[in-house]
Amino acid sequence: MTDVPNSADSPTAVKYSPLHSIHEQLGATFTDFAGWMMPVRYTSDLAEHHAVRTTAGIFDISHMAEIHVRGADAGAFLDFALAGKLSGIALAQAKYSLLLNEAGGIIDDLVTYRLADDHFLVVANAGNRFAAANALMERAAGFDVAVTDESDDYALIAVQGPVSRAILEATAGLTDFATPLDELKYYRETAATFHGTDLIIGRTGYTGEDGFELYIHVDAAAALWAALTVAGEPLGLVPAGLACRDTLRLEAGMPLYGHELNLTTFPVQAGLGRVVALSKEGDFVGRSAIESGPDAGARVLVGLAAEGRRAGRADYLIFNGDTEVGVITSGALSPTLGHPIAMAYVDDDVSEVGTELHIDVRGSRIAASVVSLPFYKREA
Amino acid sequence: MAEKSQLQYTAEHEWVLVEGNIATVGITDFAAGKLGDIVFVDLPKVGDTVAEGKIVGEIESTKSVGELFAPVAGTIVEANDAVSDSPELVNSDPFGAGWLVKIEFTELPSMLSLDEYTALSGE
Repeated sequence: MTDVPNSADSPTAVKYSPLHSIHEQLGATFTDFAGWMMPVRYTSDLAEHHAVRTTAGIFDISHMAEIHVRGADAGAFLDFALAGKLSGIALAQAKYSLLLNEAGGIIDDLVTYRLADDHFLVVANAGNRFAAANALMERAAGFDVAVTDESDDYALIAVQGPVSRAILEATAGLTDFATPLDELKYYRETAATFHGTDLIIGRTGYTGEDGFELYIHVDAAAALWAALTVAGEPLGLVPAGLACRDTLRLEAGMPLYGHELNLTTFPVQAGLGRVVALSKEGDFVGRSAIESGPDAGARVLVGLAAEGRRAGRADYLIFNGDTEVGVITSGALSPTLGHPIAMAYVDDDVSEVGTELHIDVRGSRIAASVVSLPFYKREA
Repeated sequence: MAEKSQLQYTAEHEWVLVEGNIATVGITDFAAGKLGDIVFVDLPKVGDTVAEGKIVGEIESTKSVGELFAPVAGTIVEANDAVSDSPELVNSDPFGAGWLVKIEFTELPSMLSLDEYTALSGE
């Protein structure tokens, strides 16, 4: 056996979630994720995956970064700093966006919530916290805004799965919803309180299911986790780790920074051309590079589906006959679908849905077809 | 299922049960736990000749791929078809129903005791 991670060699500067002791009590297995010691699974990543698809899972994603943007120019500033038109979103609306560099590459992918006319919350990936915060602060020059990285104040708990709303509605102490949850639409947020502590609840997630993300002060996080668990267990809620979060987001066709997205990939290659608001007025960082676009024939992100049980994984090469035409960025045996799936960058001329290609799985060739993304879509 | 103390171990997180000139091989609970849910097992065929320390199979979980090394040189006399059909047996019963292969050998290399292996795996 190889590839068994050695849990003893973690760096000393490792960060711990405010919920770490709860995870230890639950018997979680931990992994180093972007410098954070986070739960990778509690019991079985397959069981946790299926729970999210059928009932619900509760995730600790406190490693995510929370950056506030406040000020009269907040909307105009984000229109300049990010690829999307954030000034155009309604109060309490959320929007997926990209932080680009001047060359059109992706510094991070983010979700931004509009908390007030002049106040936005930008949520960045843990591994890009400082890159994102620094870029936003640099770009703030000349705008009437204050950009503050408040990540250390926040815990972030995600409840994901078809019974998520019932769980939140049954959670003791969770009250004062500005918008009732049965009226809260997808990609909207509401203020609420938990035993007097303010929190923000977004109807957002990274699993392809209905669900909520709860932003709360670190001091109240353990009590909130406990209350959600008490309310949720009768409804089938289970603690869920990062392993199933990865297979869930892969099935849902959602990119993961560092795999599908990086500093040299253009949004259009990743299928995210719609996220870049080229029609918005004024300049934004990366606009001129995006307008020239990537080189003709640049590789594009596709979905691949195969038969059997051997999965192609990140960095495995894709072949068309004897010609190398691409590389996998994420792959797994899909727990929901029961067959291997992967996201891969392939040459433009072999990216049509239905194209038959091969994955080199450690020396053997596995047939795979280009399929449309996402692999899995929940029933409306 | 044999007592853990009766088994020998390798640094590759395999256990070996020696009975006569037959070595039964599996992976440890530590290794299975680290891999996560095992979803695919690729084992050598009966009659294959294997060399000590060489890769003879693969164990895939949802998250990663582990390689199975032959802890002893010899001939595969049995492969556990049950784990090919139900890879989760390696998680649920790694020292019992989740065994992987039986190798007929002529010479046994030096392997680790349970205490030595436990110290190695940091459990």
